[in-house]
Amino acid sequence: MTADRRPQRGLGAGAGLKPEHYRDILEGRPGVDWFEVHAENYMGAGNGAGGPPHVFLERIRARYPLAVHGVGLSIGSADGLAPGHLARLAAVVARYQPLLVSEHLAWSTHAGVFLNDLLPLPYTDATLALVVRHVDQVQTALGRSILIENPSTYFRFETEQMTETAFLRELARRSGCGLLLDVNNVFVSAVNHGFDPLDYLADFPLESVGEIHLAGHAAIEMAGGEALLIDTHDRPVADPVWELFQALVARIGPRPTLIEWDAEIPTWPQLADEVERAARLLQEAREWTYRSSVLSHAVGEEGTRCAATGR
Amino acid sequence: MREPPEANDLRAWQSVFAASLLRAGAIMPDRQAVHRNNTRASLSSALAARFPVVRRLVGPDFFRAMALCFIERQPPRSPVLAEYGAGFAHFLDGFAPAREVAYLADVARLEWARHLAFHAEEAAALSIERLTAVAPDRLEQVRLGLHPAASVVASAWPVVSIWTTNAHDQEVRPLGDGAGSECALVTRPELHVLVSALPAGSDRLVAALAEGNGLAEAVARAATVEGFDTATALSVLFRSGAVASLSVGSFHSMELS
Repeated sequence: MTADRRPQRGLGAGAGLKPEHYRDILEGRPGVDWFEVHAENYMGAGNGAGGPPHVFLERIRARYPLAVHGVGLSIGSADGLAPGHLARLAAVVARYQPLLVSEHLAWSTHAGVFLNDLLPLPYTDATLALVVRHVDQVQTALGRSILIENPSTYFRFETEQMTETAFLRELARRSGCGLLLDVNNVFVSAVNHGFDPLDYLADFPLESVGEIHLAGHAAIEMAGGEALLIDTHDRPVADPVWELFQALVARIGPRPTLIEWDAEIPTWPQLADEVERAARLLQEAREWTYRSSVLSHAVGEEGTRCAATGR
Repeated sequence: MREPPEANDLRAWQSVFAASLLRAGAIMPDRQAVHRNNTRASLSSALAARFPVVRRLVGPDFFRAMALCFIERQPPRSPVLAEYGAGFAHFLDGFAPAREVAYLADVARLEWARHLAFHAEEAAALSIERLTAVAPDRLEQVRLGLHPAASVVASAWPVVSIWTTNAHDQEVRPLGDGAGSECALVTRPELHVLVSALPAGSDRLVAALAEGNGLAEAVARAATVEGFDTATALSVLFRSGAVASLSVGSFHSMELS
């Protein structure tokens, strides 16, 4: 049996869906492979979960594959997960049947107060046990596996017992979850903590990567003149992040890749250009992976024939 | 279930860190303060987006300062940001620095009502022909069901005029001395949220309907208010899409349609 190794156009490059672009998308039917929404934006308000957000999302869902990205589950809360919020996430997932569901390696709620930011966790055995338990709880509630995203971080903990990549590898192994590799987050953390982002990628459990995120970041100057990168999602993807992405997909092959642009929302054509750039790099990676696989296949057959003839 | 000691450490740290994100005067190292800025700026932006007319009335700087006070006192209790701000109007009632803008809290009530209408469940709105088709001798038995997006904000101030001129007009129209109380109806028959003015006393009519009373009883409760006008109230309610069902006696409109 020969596997079909021709380049396939799968779930390639997508865009984070913003209300500002609903009409452009429905009227222009752009050639974007998929869209991703923040789950919390489709949970309604008060007693209602209707209105324009759902009217438009249902129309877009009818034409494009969808991914659901949670931003408020607070998987790293020492308090435990909020069962009510998990049920609401399950309702969004049941309603829209997304291809991918993801959340963050972070916490954002404490004692019932929602802090509206993705806050960092110390990478210790205790945190790992907590996060594994919570991911398991989420996967059980949703009846499917989820992807967990690596964070952008601004400071580190003295108490850490393992690296972020080791933490994520263990998390994936113990919980069975996949990973969402945010390349911008890797770059932001690398600059902020002074490590080489390529080393991070080399240590990352790449076999678990089910999705890639790309976004823009800002640089601020702190007291003392030190520069710090902030994960802002308010501008185009930076060139060094594109280079890291290119190196990543050349190594692991194409993966569903999303452009996130959540503030200072651009016009649709501007966002579509970013998606197109990601699509081109994925296509290159697809062709590269195809050529490599044909090559290794040919070498493999030659080897088999030699063995059979006893040469 | 008992947690290992390290998990208790994590909970203790999260508790301290969470408190310092919200507190105005908290001192944090620069790198940690990034999160404090994120929390405060993003929540204040969320309130600015939800209460644009309140913001316009007091100006962006005053609004931001006011929003940060609110965030500190009443931080969000839900990760669904669309649910944040339910208590903002009530907070403004008691916010001394804004006391001069006496109608500010009612404008916030109207903006919150618009926000809830935006997210309300879908339903088809009835046209007034459904009411006019009822035989006059059976009008006494009519019951009206409100549309899920419909609500009323009654104010001692001309809240509809204030909202309209600040939300839509190129230039703000000064309100004359004669401008008195107004009763705002908020609806969303389809995709767009509408704000309409109802005659005085209509809040009683709508409240009575919402409690499940018949139209005759609801009209009777509103009629004691000076200036109430049944024909105008019903015309505005139907025209704005506030009515989703009509039945006469025990015969429900859903069975007719």
